Amino acid sequence: MTAPGALLRREAVPLLVFLLLAAAPLLGFSHSHELTLMARAMILGIAAVSLSLLVGGAGLVSLGHAASMGFGCYAVVILDAANIVEAAIVVPVAIAAAALFSLVTGAVAIRTSGVHFIMITLAFGQMAYFTAASLAPYGGDDGYTLYARNTVFGRDWLQDRMAFHYVCLGLLVLAWLLCRVLLASRFGRVLRAARENPQRVLAVGFNPYPFRLVAYVIAGAVGGLAGVLLANATEFVAPAYISWQRSGELLFMVILGGVGSLHGAILGALAYVLLEEQLAALTEHWRMIFGPLLILCVLFLRGGLAGLLAPREAARHG
Amino acid sequence: MAEPPLLELRRLRKQFGGLVVTNDVSLSVPAGEIHAIIGPNGAGKTSLIHQVSGTLAPDAGQILFAGRDITRLPLHRRVRAGLARSFQITCIVPGFTALENVALAVQAREGSSFRFFRPVALEAPLNDAARAALEEVGMGARAAVPAGSLSHGEKRQLELAIALATRPRLLLLDEPLAGAGPEETERLIAILRRLRRDYTIVLVEHDMRAVFALADRISVLVYGRVIATGSPDAIRGNAEVRAAYLGEDEALPEGVAA
Repeated sequence: MTAPGALLRREAVPLLVFLLLAAAPLLGFSHSHELTLMARAMILGIAAVSLSLLVGGAGLVSLGHAASMGFGCYAVVILDAANIVEAAIVVPVAIAAAALFSLVTGAVAIRTSGVHFIMITLAFGQMAYFTAASLAPYGGDDGYTLYARNTVFGRDWLQDRMAFHYVCLGLLVLAWLLCRVLLASRFGRVLRAARENPQRVLAVGFNPYPFRLVAYVIAGAVGGLAGVLLANATEFVAPAYISWQRSGELLFMVILGGVGSLHGAILGALAYVLLEEQLAALTEHWRMIFGPLLILCVLFLRGGLAGLLAPREAARHG
Repeated sequence: MAEPPLLELRRLRKQFGGLVVTNDVSLSVPAGEIHAIIGPNGAGKTSLIHQVSGTLAPDAGQILFAGRDITRLPLHRRVRAGLARSFQITCIVPGFTALENVALAVQAREGSSFRFFRPVALEAPLNDAARAALEEVGMGARAAVPAGSLSHGEKRQLELAIALATRPRLLLLDEPLAGAGPEETERLIAILRRLRRDYTIVLVEHDMRAVFALADRISVLVYGRVIATGSPDAIRGNAEVRAAYLGEDEALPEGVAA
């Protein structure tokens, strides 16, 4: 139904972003500081895309998404303390733990909606945060320093910053593709319809609840993966990584990029991280500028950055 | 024993505080009938249809569908059982195309919707069935239009198509003509007339001309109570019904004086 040309045009923005990220280290942005920054942006991008699946796709505005990242981070930490550093073990464990947490908390949270849903996800997120802070063997409030990054099938590839860059990029593309495919499937159609008009979905014979719960679990699993990467990127994990402020940041990236556009979440993450970096270099009180700037973006950038870059017709779920 | 009526209400009762909106309503609708429910404003028609469709729980009484007690079944399970409804206030997914709105309903009865990877827009069986339902209500040419930009009358037709796509045994139509212009009304009546061949219909409607043209039997609801049930002719001649409508702007059609 869609010609390859039309598909290319529709996906021009995300493809361009991925290309630029792939080319950046080769174009001279290969200092460790620059690579660190880009890795951070891509990792938060992965978490933001999965949150975008919830917010833009399912209409579930979660303020506890950082908790799923936390499960990824602490899976790395806890296994590291047990001398298990193999990614082939760490990643499945992290994803399973994050998914299980999402299943249990989601089963309760999704029974509510609107502000109640936001508050319940926030509460569960804070429970995860305080649990992490009380894990004395793993540094408690002070955090835990990893001896080294995870190995991949016994090799220390992730130690190489360049390789790590492309691992992050590859997983970012995969996360985006996964969410895209999901939204375009039968499952995604029910999800999208239930966001726009739950009454209608009930009246054709669907209960939206299990669909929303599955989306919540998938988003949590992807968040867990992002957490593994984050721990590896910084080689350090602290409860502060998963505070509610981080959840707020993720939500903000989604809104800044444009709710309803998956690649918007990636744009939002990139813009957020770069802006934060630039302003922090400028002044110690960078939040004084950052805050108002974000407010202006929300007020005047309807459709977010993705809407700004969309070729003529508004991009929906791009 | 004779086949049970497709829909049967037994002594249904609902009250909000001191206001009894449904007062001991018993009705039975055999398969193949168009049964209209009429009554002056505030008679409790909408509350009644909400209870039948499953969006409002009755305080007492029973709802039987094809002999099965569905009183406690939630809306989506009733739809799966074959009881489709249209809404008084248009209920569509505005961001979807007309076709996708109907395909969603087809999806609900065609296999599992926990399928995650195949692009649903390319599933020919869903689209074909959806297109057929749109044709059935004369909307075939509007399949690709976003539902939010359809005209009011077209939205009503779309809603009928969605209801049909669930393959219902009974159609519960809540004021399908509400807000439609004269031309749209004519078109919708023609569609309903065609549908009566294949479906049992419970119709709540203000447009008396349409009701008397379509219905096999009519029940008149006043203050939550059924004051009369019968053929259109019997209802026309019923003194109690005429009294209930006196002073109402929605008068019975002309030529009904005995």
